[in-house]
Amino acid sequence: MASPSEPSAPGAGPAVEARELVRRFGPVTALDGLSFAVGKGELFGLVGPDGAGKTTAIRALAGLVELDGGEARVLGRDPAAGGGAFRESLGLMPQQYSLYRDLTVEENLRFFSRLYVLPRAVYRERAARLLAITRLERFTARRAEALSGGMYKKLALACALLHEPEVLLLDEPTNGVDPVSRRELWELLHAFVHGGMTVVISTPYMDEAERCHRVALVHHGRALAAGAPRALIDGFEDEVFDVEGGDRDAVDARLAGLPVVIAASPAGARLKAVVARGGRPEVERALGPLGARLEPATPDFEDLFLARIREAA
Amino acid sequence: MTAPAIQAVGLSRRFGAFTAVDRVSFEVERGEIFGYLGANGAGKSTTIRMLTGLLAPSDGEARVAGRDVGRDPDAVKAAIGYMSQKFSLYLDLPVRENLRFFGGAYGLSGRDLAARVDEALERADLRDLADATTGGLPGGVRQRLALASALLHRPAVVFLDEPTAGVDPVARRTFWRIIRELSRGGTTVFVTTHYLDEAEYCRRIGLMADGRLVALDTPAALKRAWVPETILAVRGRDLARGQAALAALPGVKAVAPFGAGLHLRVEPGRPSPEDVTAALAAAGAADVSVAVAEPSLEDVFLAVVGRGGAAEVSP
Repeated sequence: MASPSEPSAPGAGPAVEARELVRRFGPVTALDGLSFAVGKGELFGLVGPDGAGKTTAIRALAGLVELDGGEARVLGRDPAAGGGAFRESLGLMPQQYSLYRDLTVEENLRFFSRLYVLPRAVYRERAARLLAITRLERFTARRAEALSGGMYKKLALACALLHEPEVLLLDEPTNGVDPVSRRELWELLHAFVHGGMTVVISTPYMDEAERCHRVALVHHGRALAAGAPRALIDGFEDEVFDVEGGDRDAVDARLAGLPVVIAASPAGARLKAVVARGGRPEVERALGPLGARLEPATPDFEDLFLARIREAA
Repeated sequence: MTAPAIQAVGLSRRFGAFTAVDRVSFEVERGEIFGYLGANGAGKSTTIRMLTGLLAPSDGEARVAGRDVGRDPDAVKAAIGYMSQKFSLYLDLPVRENLRFFGGAYGLSGRDLAARVDEALERADLRDLADATTGGLPGGVRQRLALASALLHRPAVVFLDEPTAGVDPVARRTFWRIIRELSRGGTTVFVTTHYLDEAEYCRRIGLMADGRLVALDTPAALKRAWVPETILAVRGRDLARGQAALAALPGVKAVAPFGAGLHLRVEPGRPSPEDVTAALAAAGAADVSVAVAEPSLEDVFLAVVGRGGAAEVSP
């Protein structure tokens, strides 16, 4: 696997760069100084809930929205300035990807290959490969409108990958997609990144942060945290515990009343609690009478997100 | 013994030659939180559309809140609340006015309407936002407003189709607290979600694949039945180097990347966490830690739905 910490080739800048991006829509500030840089061959994630500014950021990188401040660079250029050769090196899969609903899987792929003016032999070879990894081979004759949500997203991704862009921007390709298809989409992306492609992907699923080389957790148009997933988790400053024993509903109600408890979440049949540093004794005193105790647990990205928005508030 | 809140017997729906829902039978008790899971296109939404009286079954029958969905769909609609994936709200209206509008559509008026609106605001934890303009509210609050509008007529059963999609983690927790309060108050909740962690709050879960209901039980029983192996969670550096060595260890059934680490499915007790640590160290991985993990509902989902391309089903 390409190591994200390796420096880029000498003299080469980042493949994608966002510097202090600001964009307002009337009274709403969609981007509020968002910055990040993505190295060549890196899989970079913008992770955050709806309304965090992810879509606006992706659109800014694709040169589709004007910025009120800051600048975007893709392969060293202003994406809004464009240019034919530059366009060819950039791929975009927007959130509402428009396939031709009355065309079949194969017809959609062929249509996009013509759009990119791919030689027939190249198209045949790439289409066969993409259909195999998306496991859509059996469905080439099915019309796009008859595909399930997950299959539709996979076809959209295949169409966006056909011309093998150097940089691929993906806006929430896994949103609303079931867990099995989500996994397959990520495996597909990793295969292409392994081949040298640079990918910027947005997702509302916090757990998908772990599948990226580096991520920015985005909230209210800025990054709450950014870095390699493991480094972010290792640097987590609050504490996370599994709650052992006790009635789950009673424990949940008790935890909700404790200010040192940042969040409680279901963890299997038990609960997991994010506790502000140093708050453990207080929580244990409160849970003791309920027959519950705390066991240290590993934080995940949702815990991190919950802790950081609490700090930011 | 009270009648179940939902009872489906051999419920089926065909579209031309395609069978979207295939002889599905189950019961949901009054006050139960019932999770309905499955891959995209497995037949979940079609089932919900039949149970809510929006789509006639091709075969079989279902009773919801005591009414027959095939014979008396209008009575079903009056007895249930339904929050669809694409709900619509009037964005230029305040929260309270949206609820008054929907209450009017249910035939409520005057003092009765005002009281029901207040009650729904209270139940969805929206009292402090009653006068806020809907369009300026974050997605998670709008979702709660959509829920409140589905509760106005005090339905005995509510259907929630992916109510938390895309919502931030704080709002997701608030939403589930409300769902659990509804259930404690006796309302039956039928819910679909792709967030398998929150599905742990369901008392029972039905899993759909290929239009069939292939598993139905409590989360704990589903894990015992579908994931009999032990799950070992591995963390460390340069784990990729040891992946082949792990796969070759006796007792290892599967090695899969899981977040930044690996998840191993192994026979009970074989190999031990120590065996795994040793194999990885020999292969050149560093900082290795291995822990026994409780199977997650995602493990169950993958076991039930992920085999044989069962996820590849059209709607």
